[in-house]
Amino acid sequence: MRAMVYRGPYKIRVEEKDLPLIEHPNDAIVRVTTAAICGSDLHLYHGLMPDTRVGSTFGHEFVGVVHEVGPSVRNLSVGDRVMVPFNIYCGTCYFCARGLYSNCHNVNPNATAVGGIYGYSHTTGGYDGAQAEYVRVPFADVGPTIVPDWMDEEDAVLCTDALATGYFGAQLADIAEGDVVVVFGAGPVGLFAARSAWLMGAGRVIVVDHIEDRLEMARSFAYAETVNFTQHKDIVVEMKRTTGWLGADRVIDAVGAEADGHLLQHVTSAKLKLQGGSPVALNWAIDSVRKGGTVSVMGAYGPIFSAVKFGDAMNKGLTLRMNQAPVKRQWPRLFEHMRNGYLTPSDIVTHRIPLEHIAEGYHIFSAKLDGCIKPLVVPGAA
Amino acid sequence: MPYTADKPPLPETPEQLRARIPGWGADLDPADRPSSPREVRGLKTGAHWDLPEQQEEHQPRERSIEHARLTPVFGTSVPLKGLSGVVRRYAYERFSEARAAHWLLLIAADRVDAVESHLASLFTRRPDNPLTETGVLAEPSYHPVRSRAGRVDVRHQILDPVIVVGPWVLAGVVVYRRVRAMVRRART
Repeated sequence: MRAMVYRGPYKIRVEEKDLPLIEHPNDAIVRVTTAAICGSDLHLYHGLMPDTRVGSTFGHEFVGVVHEVGPSVRNLSVGDRVMVPFNIYCGTCYFCARGLYSNCHNVNPNATAVGGIYGYSHTTGGYDGAQAEYVRVPFADVGPTIVPDWMDEEDAVLCTDALATGYFGAQLADIAEGDVVVVFGAGPVGLFAARSAWLMGAGRVIVVDHIEDRLEMARSFAYAETVNFTQHKDIVVEMKRTTGWLGADRVIDAVGAEADGHLLQHVTSAKLKLQGGSPVALNWAIDSVRKGGTVSVMGAYGPIFSAVKFGDAMNKGLTLRMNQAPVKRQWPRLFEHMRNGYLTPSDIVTHRIPLEHIAEGYHIFSAKLDGCIKPLVVPGAA
Repeated sequence: MPYTADKPPLPETPEQLRARIPGWGADLDPADRPSSPREVRGLKTGAHWDLPEQQEEHQPRERSIEHARLTPVFGTSVPLKGLSGVVRRYAYERFSEARAAHWLLLIAADRVDAVESHLASLFTRRPDNPLTETGVLAEPSYHPVRSRAGRVDVRHQILDPVIVVGPWVLAGVVVYRRVRAMVRRART
């Protein structure tokens, strides 16, 4: 089969790989029809996530058709069109039994601090991802769901991570009616978090970024006020000013490990890999939220230490909430909102890239060329 | 102002927001949100086991020493190999996830892996090609100048080519010096 293959930082190519095999009785093999490149894939692409091996295939957002099932699979059949959450999880461990699907203890031998994720380094279990023609799907009776007939393919693929993560991030922010919500980052997760904040009754939603195309999307798609942080000498002072000097009630970090805005933080983390991530947006969130407020962290960070301003968080009495999204817990409500027209995920898709051109796709997304916000990947076999 | 008890007034009323924004307030009740409460028992997951069957281990699988056992299911992509494999195995066997050495060794092994793999590719029918693999050939077609206008990350993007080309230059220098030393030894 054809598959994207990592060749070292900033380098990928498409190669012939062996078809994935059923390795566990509850595995399925899925033929990928549409995948996506996630902003967090860029952390792998840039060599930021520990134990990212040359030869591995990325991709944790995908939909496809069941090609083969293992002997214990009951809920899926060959030919079913499925959407697969980015979480790999067993459904019965201590954590899964309590709904913490993203924290499953039975799928990642390489680390206890993170669950299993498709195509996201050996730090999340060493599974190949879905930027390929076929992918192995463990626990096929637990993760995948048959795509509803009414759902568009591109909407479905965005439900597998970006939309669910943004919506989950808004929930973690504990938004109450009339709250002022600031979202740092106008990428896909930030846009979905901003749009979701309204569903939870926000009184104002302000999105902060430095890329005008994305801020325009925040205004048109997420109905948000926007602030370009490059146009302010100090973004925290601007956030205070615009909230009547109180600070926002809730702030969502939707940027994560490669945040820009502070050269030293960015270079020591994203370039020199001396931090688990550049906590620029997280520190801005801590300083922009009001005392007693909530910071929701949806940005992905690596497992190494980061220079986070915990003193401010403690002294301000903040609540910091975070996790990888347990995707499937969000789906019934998200599907309802999509059917009602409250959420229209595929509106943010900007690029559709054939698998054979995925190296160019990663470069366009990484360098943020051509207004790229959300690129999808279409395998040739689809 | 925060110097008094009142919250600064909002620019729009709930009625105005409901009229302007599709679905405003649909999830108003915090208790009626999908991840509330965060931990909840009794969700139907589709699983029909208490403990999943153990996936067969065809070769020794590295694992965190914070795990009591090999997990029932695990990924089999790219098993350990070469010098990077030695470093990775040492990181897993010697240090817990709590230790910086664990992660810094894994990051170092990633760099070793890249160099090993680039060198190995030179002896295959498809050596690594930094031009096609970095995707930079797409630049001219996707508005490279306009897309970067006004962005703060332009200041450090100069480092990206250094990171990509640097290992190749370094490897070239090492190979050149080794070859030169061997030639000199052969002549004397």
